[in-house]
Amino acid sequence: MSELTSISHSNHDDHHHHKETFITKYIFSQDHKMIAKQYLILGVLFMGFIGVAMSLLFRLQLAWPEQSFAVFDIFLGDWAPEGVMDPNIYLALVTIHGTIMVFFVLTAGLSGTFSNLLIPLQIGARDMASGLLNMISFWLFFLSSMIMLASLFVEAGPAAAGWTIYPPLSALPQTQPGSGMGMTLWLISMAIFVASSLLGSLNYIVTVINLRTKGMSMFRLPLTIWAFFVTAIIGVISFPVLLSAALLLIMDRSFGTSFFLSDIFVQGEVLHYQGGSPVLFEHLFWFLGHPEVYIVLLPALGITSEIIATNSRKPIFGYRAMVASILAIAFLSTVVWGHHMFISGMNPFLGSVFTFTTLLIAIPSAVKAFNYITTLWKGNLQFNPGMLFSIGLVSTFITGGLTGIILGDSTLDINIHDTYFVVAHFHLVMGISALYGLFAGVYHWFPKLFGTMMNKNLGYIHFWITAISAYGVFFPMHFIGMAGLPRRYYTNTAFPYFDDLANINVVITVFALLAGAAQLVFLYNFIHSMFFGKKAEQNPWRSNTMEWTAPVEHIHGNWPGEIPHVHRWAYDYSKPGQDEDFVLQTTPIQKGEIETEH
Amino acid sequence: MTLLLTLAILILTGVAFWQISKIFELSQMGRKKDDSQIATEKDNDLNGKLMFAFLVFIYAVTIYSFWSYSKVLLPESASAHGPAYDTLLWISFAIILFAQTITQAVLHVFAYKYRGINNRKAYFYTHNNTLEFVWTIIPAIIFFVLIIYGMVTWGNIMNIEEDEDALVIELYAQQWNWKARYGGEDNVLGDANVRFLNDFDGRNSVGIDSSDPNGMDDIVVTQEFHLPVDRKVIFKFRSQDVLHSAYMPHFRAQMNCVPGMITEFSFTPTITTADMRMNSDVVDKVNRINKIRYENSKELTANGEEALEPYQFDYLLLCAKICGASHYNMQMKIVVESEKDYEKWLSQQKTFSEIIQ
Repeated sequence: MSELTSISHSNHDDHHHHKETFITKYIFSQDHKMIAKQYLILGVLFMGFIGVAMSLLFRLQLAWPEQSFAVFDIFLGDWAPEGVMDPNIYLALVTIHGTIMVFFVLTAGLSGTFSNLLIPLQIGARDMASGLLNMISFWLFFLSSMIMLASLFVEAGPAAAGWTIYPPLSALPQTQPGSGMGMTLWLISMAIFVASSLLGSLNYIVTVINLRTKGMSMFRLPLTIWAFFVTAIIGVISFPVLLSAALLLIMDRSFGTSFFLSDIFVQGEVLHYQGGSPVLFEHLFWFLGHPEVYIVLLPALGITSEIIATNSRKPIFGYRAMVASILAIAFLSTVVWGHHMFISGMNPFLGSVFTFTTLLIAIPSAVKAFNYITTLWKGNLQFNPGMLFSIGLVSTFITGGLTGIILGDSTLDINIHDTYFVVAHFHLVMGISALYGLFAGVYHWFPKLFGTMMNKNLGYIHFWITAISAYGVFFPMHFIGMAGLPRRYYTNTAFPYFDDLANINVVITVFALLAGAAQLVFLYNFIHSMFFGKKAEQNPWRSNTMEWTAPVEHIHGNWPGEIPHVHRWAYDYSKPGQDEDFVLQTTPIQKGEIETEH
Repeated sequence: MTLLLTLAILILTGVAFWQISKIFELSQMGRKKDDSQIATEKDNDLNGKLMFAFLVFIYAVTIYSFWSYSKVLLPESASAHGPAYDTLLWISFAIILFAQTITQAVLHVFAYKYRGINNRKAYFYTHNNTLEFVWTIIPAIIFFVLIIYGMVTWGNIMNIEEDEDALVIELYAQQWNWKARYGGEDNVLGDANVRFLNDFDGRNSVGIDSSDPNGMDDIVVTQEFHLPVDRKVIFKFRSQDVLHSAYMPHFRAQMNCVPGMITEFSFTPTITTADMRMNSDVVDKVNRINKIRYENSKELTANGEEALEPYQFDYLLLCAKICGASHYNMQMKIVVESEKDYEKWLSQQKTFSEIIQ
């Protein structure tokens, strides 16, 4: 890269002269690139594997209810007497699957990996504002993960009140075995998780505001950074509310307070709780819970914006509209939580208000989708695996997002609330879409993370099987929801009315198993490429952003010598008058060239 | 032992996979080969075409699902507000399907059409404020119409006027069954609280306050409850332990049952159970279900177990809020019948004062 060679080497930074031991380099590392890899391996690969495997177990039960499976016998032991899954452990699996996928994989794993890797590298910083806080953030996440996993080994089973842990079910151990020690560990794990998330988010915010290199104005930031930045802000606003809900619930459980409980009679006994309300918990939970959807989704959309532009060899269409819609989504996401509570007993007038704000959020979402599509128009699309997953994201984001129009409408919510229609909707719009963003990011930045390339053909196989099975799983699921089947049922055989849904459940499970198998291809590709992959060149995708000006080998401080300066926005792809179809952000505006107005 | 074997098989499969990929790599050695792992023109061509095929796949799945699965959907609504609900639902669906068909087509056709070719330069196009304005304002208008329409319908459904004639019924939830309480002669529910559940040796099954005279003629039923057709019913919901959700899908009705709080919902049943059993969609569904049950019974009887009983349609009250182990089996039958049959059924039930004597 001409920019790099032109940089004076006389001005060496002393960052990379530290002497490192194995422990400071690989374990208690304060380097953002190493922390990103730690999040990727623990949060995405390890926790992701567990979360997905759990879903396959309960999908087996749903397709072939109350049958004996050897895998149940192996993994569930006493919870599956003679290989038949127990109803309590079914609920526990559903709960922990949700918790792991939403929080551990798609919040910590996704943001933790890509915010850490890309924020310093794309804004031109030596590292995060505080390497120490960053390290503490990861190790709190590690601790939180281990406590969550430890809860799987509690005798009475892990938390089983659903990932939303509504009291009184979650508050009273008398109501289900999973609300004993398992629930205590869940709450402790999540409290630590929130601390980890806050430290991470504060670091991201401070870094983006303070450490941009010379010339990197806010409107020259790549959209990835905008997405990570805004995500961190929503996280800082909403996660503390979850912490408060968790703490109040711990008080109700262990210290006899009545924040969420009142007038309760369990197992022949009137309990002393008076005056609290579970609806209060629902408000607190969803004040985090809904922004959480966007905490999961925005980074994926940011990653997609970057990858679609690079691989279309075109500027992202409507850069400012994209930034505006990220900000609009972020703002609206904090005022829509009530759409989870239309029929909770909340005042129906509030239902109208939340319907209004909820459907408003569809507008910036639609703008984003149209901008992605227009970016493809007259492009020269390079179908690298990351690009396939990015287009896949736009597709599932549309399919899943559109049914939000139904669920966000308080009237229509009445009859499909807590049915499989909801499960289908949110898995497509936030689960699958965010996972696609995650995969796209891994394929695209693998060379930056590990200095090697992932195998593209395995990537293609991974994408196409996943894409087909994602629709195969979630499209039919809308119909069983509209048939009136509530979610979180251990089996549907208690109602002969649902007997004709049994074959649809088999179809769904077969596609789910297929999807699970496709992820093994990814896992193999990841691990194999990490050790034996082809060495990456410095800028394999011919991208504009700054991370590709840093050397392939990771060094402390990211750039040898001075940090390059930025002279243009991130999307000068195929700019007329240029020799190449990309221009690095660090390339000065040439004589006679006009800076792109965007 | 099984665990060990499974692990061994997993590891061996992994090793086999690794070796095969090695062989594959070696077999490619002699040939001149691009191993940059960056998409080539050939990759672009193949994946671009697959993108188009995927559009066809999405359409095929959509058409197949509607064709094959729409028969499992709920039959016509059995409540007065139901048709308004269903109309709004299908209008929303029409909009969704239209938007889905168009946007997926554009997305995948662009992906196919502009698949990369070497030495072609993409069109440098950064923004267009008119376009942004157009596709902000069009969804905005559509959503505003939907919002207004939805709000009006919501207002009508949730506006529960306590008119004289309406029947008041309490639905009482606990782990894991439902009970229904009628106001009796005076159609007024007596005060109740979980504190009274242990009175009268547990015979006070929903905790009626025996000092409230309104409660003495209250009637508590289990297993099934009856509703007179064409008369407005105001439901009051209670729960004694955890959150439950009273879900009556055939009436397009649902409300959470919250401990410590009384929630409300109201609807007017319009179709009796007997009439609904004659509905052609319901007849088809029941026939299908009985065919499945017959097939399953063959297997059961072959194993020496009892055959499944044939299924007959009934309205259902289900629980839709996770509430513990038997959440999946928390049900109550709803019978809608003529006022006369309803009165007759009700007169056969015991009142609270009879039960506690």
